[in-house]
Amino acid sequence: MATVIIPALLRKFTDGIDRVDVAGGTIREVVRNLGTRFPGIIDQLIEHDELKPSVAVSIDGEMATGGVLERVGEDSEVHFIPAIGGGT
Amino acid sequence: MSKKTLVEATVNGETVEFLCEPRQSLLESLRDILELTGAKEGCLTGDCGACSVMIDGRVVCSCLMFGVEAQGTNITTVEGLATTGTLHSLQRKFLEHASLQCGICTPGFLMAAKGLLDRNPEPNEADVRYALAGNLCRCTGYDKIVKAVLDAAADLRTHGEGKAAAR
Amino acid sequence: MAEATTNGKYKVIGTRPIRHDGADKVTGRAKYGADYTFPGMLHGKVLRSPHAHAIIKSINFDKALKLPGVKAIVTSKDLPSVANKLEQAGEMAINPHHLSMNILAHDRVLYDGHAIAAVAAINGHIAEEAVRLIEVEYEVLPPVMTVDVAMKPGATILHKDLRNQEDGDKQTNVAQHYQFKRGDVAAGFKAADYVVEREFKTAMVHQGYIEPHNAVGIYSSDGTATIYCSTQGAFEVRSFSAQVLGMPVGKIRVVPAEIGGGFGGKTTVYLEPLSVLLSKKTGAPVKLVMSRAEVLRASGPTSGSQIKVKMGATKDGKLVAAEIWMAYEAGAFPGSPVGAGAMCIITPYKVENFLIDAYDVVVNRPKTAAYRAPGATNAAFASETVIDELAEKCGIDPIDFRIKNGVKEGDAQTVGPPFKRIGFIQTCEAIKNSPHYKSKLTGKNRGRGVASGFWFNAGMNSSATVNIHADGTASVVTGSPDIGGSRASMAMITAEVLGLSANDVRPVTADTDSIGHTDVTGGSRVTFATGMAVYEAAQDAVKQMIERASKVWEKKPDEVEFRDGKFFAKGNGVPPMSIKDLAPRFSRTGGPITGRASVNGRGVGPGFATTCVDVEVDPETGKVQILRCTIAQDAGKAIHPSYVEGQMQGGTAQGLGWGLNEEYFYDEKGILRNVGLLDYRMPTCLDLPMIETCVVEEANPGHPLGVRGVGEVSIVPPPAALANAIYRAVGVRMLETPMSPPKVLKAVLKHGGSAQHSAAAD
Repeated sequence: MATVIIPALLRKFTDGIDRVDVAGGTIREVVRNLGTRFPGIIDQLIEHDELKPSVAVSIDGEMATGGVLERVGEDSEVHFIPAIGGGT
Repeated sequence: MSKKTLVEATVNGETVEFLCEPRQSLLESLRDILELTGAKEGCLTGDCGACSVMIDGRVVCSCLMFGVEAQGTNITTVEGLATTGTLHSLQRKFLEHASLQCGICTPGFLMAAKGLLDRNPEPNEADVRYALAGNLCRCTGYDKIVKAVLDAAADLRTHGEGKAAAR
Repeated sequence: MAEATTNGKYKVIGTRPIRHDGADKVTGRAKYGADYTFPGMLHGKVLRSPHAHAIIKSINFDKALKLPGVKAIVTSKDLPSVANKLEQAGEMAINPHHLSMNILAHDRVLYDGHAIAAVAAINGHIAEEAVRLIEVEYEVLPPVMTVDVAMKPGATILHKDLRNQEDGDKQTNVAQHYQFKRGDVAAGFKAADYVVEREFKTAMVHQGYIEPHNAVGIYSSDGTATIYCSTQGAFEVRSFSAQVLGMPVGKIRVVPAEIGGGFGGKTTVYLEPLSVLLSKKTGAPVKLVMSRAEVLRASGPTSGSQIKVKMGATKDGKLVAAEIWMAYEAGAFPGSPVGAGAMCIITPYKVENFLIDAYDVVVNRPKTAAYRAPGATNAAFASETVIDELAEKCGIDPIDFRIKNGVKEGDAQTVGPPFKRIGFIQTCEAIKNSPHYKSKLTGKNRGRGVASGFWFNAGMNSSATVNIHADGTASVVTGSPDIGGSRASMAMITAEVLGLSANDVRPVTADTDSIGHTDVTGGSRVTFATGMAVYEAAQDAVKQMIERASKVWEKKPDEVEFRDGKFFAKGNGVPPMSIKDLAPRFSRTGGPITGRASVNGRGVGPGFATTCVDVEVDPETGKVQILRCTIAQDAGKAIHPSYVEGQMQGGTAQGLGWGLNEEYFYDEKGILRNVGLLDYRMPTCLDLPMIETCVVEEANPGHPLGVRGVGEVSIVPPPAALANAIYRAVGVRMLETPMSPPKVLKAVLKHGGSAQHSAAAD
């Protein structure tokens, strides 16, 4: 199962838990399964079956570009982080 | 609408006549009437130097002069710096030293540098920085611009303007 | 993907060819947005608010319309109503409603300079006269200019409908709260021998590109529109304009002109939708160009900020805890870079216990836009000053302190995931070993300071095509506006793959109908992501040509090899073929060769920089003179070293200006008082020394050539490095930017010039 690290401000949806093992082969499945355990968190991450514009996801240290379709490995570490824009 | 005045001047070696309104700057006259868009508008207050041209041998912010004031003058713009398609040493050195990034300030810097080298063929770094202090560049930190001007000065001292250009 | 390397035997990469667009740029021929004219073209001007905060009670433009030569006037009534929520527009997320309100104020003006109406006339002078004839009745409201005022309970509210995720249905000026947390902060501070706590302020500053914003809009009777403009992102201009105008994306074509600087400020739209609106209303092409005052008042500077940093270290110099509070001015609409700032502020260091709270706050200032490593410079000014103070308390050299605590591969970033291969320590070591740092600084009132910086860099979407010409040369087409010489790098990457010289490849920036979607020139991403697309497109062309060569030789493709620009048939003694030899046979073997690739750049490699600066402070005037400056930055791989150095030097110069002189100066009514380049004081060449560069090349394992991207991080360290240098020169800790003569003088006088460890803040 992948390990999902819960961002500080979303821990109110997870009873304060900051990391949780979740099954799922894609981000879509991971979020769905996360939501089964912690209702309320899905709306913070997903909108119209896609990551919200304000949310980015990192899988095993790599910024994922595939949104909800991104593959998640059996032992992956998944971080949800705020999306940012670029400069120069 | 204000009445237009006929202005006669020499621009890049050619005699030109143009009609301009009293309120039109020389920069506007060059760009919009004579279609010489090499001189750029960065501020219209003489602070950035992007509109620099040479008038009777002096470097001038063309945004601070009216078009009608150009009557009877001899104007060189960046378009007149290269001779018959061959780049001036300053232009070549700017390219060799990667002295431009976005390039919007480049025409002004070239004219200001030309003005310096015309009156002081052996400038040191301080001379160059002083002469170019009226021109703003936001991309380069000036390092490569100053180096190019010093190198162009050396090149012109060795080869002269004509020979340097012909190489 | 080929293995990343920095010591490969490249033939073109790492050399310094003349840039391909160079000749046009030194002869005045290069066409920037303001240089475009079209037959029958009209000129537009914008009416802007003279108040920082007011309700628009009425607009009367009868007199203006009667002025001979005036063709049309538009206000927000000409804009469609659009969604008031964050939406994906290309790769960037925007709130179309906020964008629309920024393009033309709806019912209220939210900052000095806020656009209210736009006029098209037969020339700019008449348009300007018409603007002066428009009568607007305002009900003036109190302005909210700083984050502390905006966050106070009972503060004047800018947007009645603004809510954040924590305050329920309460009206607020706080648009967003970010929090990052690790470990046990209280326990961390308990373990600390030294704790430093400081409060910092940074002033709002502008990118300061020399070319003002411009746009020519041409609306056609068939319902399509074409926009010529100087932009960092033609595709963003297209999608943002489509959003604001309620037009389908496919009906708008954006042609990127040459661009005169941007630094993040030209990643959104201001004039572009107006040019289309006015063109639609008049049936003629309409050009709008901002004045310098308009650029300063009403484009997108970066946030001023207030930051509190508390950090602790053990006496042997190990950082153990950090507690940080930061609030950034978003401007009139949500969206400051405070989230990014929070994710950068202590990222160069291993800190096991931290709590970072960050707030995005709306105020009556122009909506901020990106500026080179957005958010990171403000943040580093605060954290890198505290780091310097802790190093001093521990009695450790500030570079050694950074090396001791600095992040390496495998260490966790602030946001959680571990770093892949990075070069932070290498930048510190490059400075430590530099002639500058090894030199002795002597003289009264002189000091040396160092500071470091981090920036993520970006990936995002890029497309490229590589066309092989009949003479065996090539062109490479991308959608990345070239803001600092990137076309040369694209040509060099193509040339490297094809075995050509850089001169044999012509690089082109295409319009939005002529190339696949390509995100902004920003986030240090062009050489990284567009470079990746170019690399793959050139490989694609090679693959196709191998098939053609095999046809010519009547062999199988796997019996043909391509190396050093030549095709070799395996086995027999057939002489090799160059691309030039093969090119004439393209049409008989299947048609022209076009290599193509589109990427959503994965494998982004973050950037680090460390900067060392020597200053002399004049205790009589407070003026700080920069004596010497060196920057070390990790480029991953420098494709064209001259332009890599240029990015490092340019960013450093901007950071030095930010630190010493630049600031938005508003009066008590919220009116910007320094709207020209004499008073908005950017560095001239008299203010700066040569900027020495150490290019570190710690290959990015996520890129076929090891590229990281170099556009941004150089701006991050200078303000803190200056503050640290000033401290060593005169013994005062400057806690506010700009460290301009009045502020430094005040601090020096207060300090009295003797005791150490004093701090200066208003």
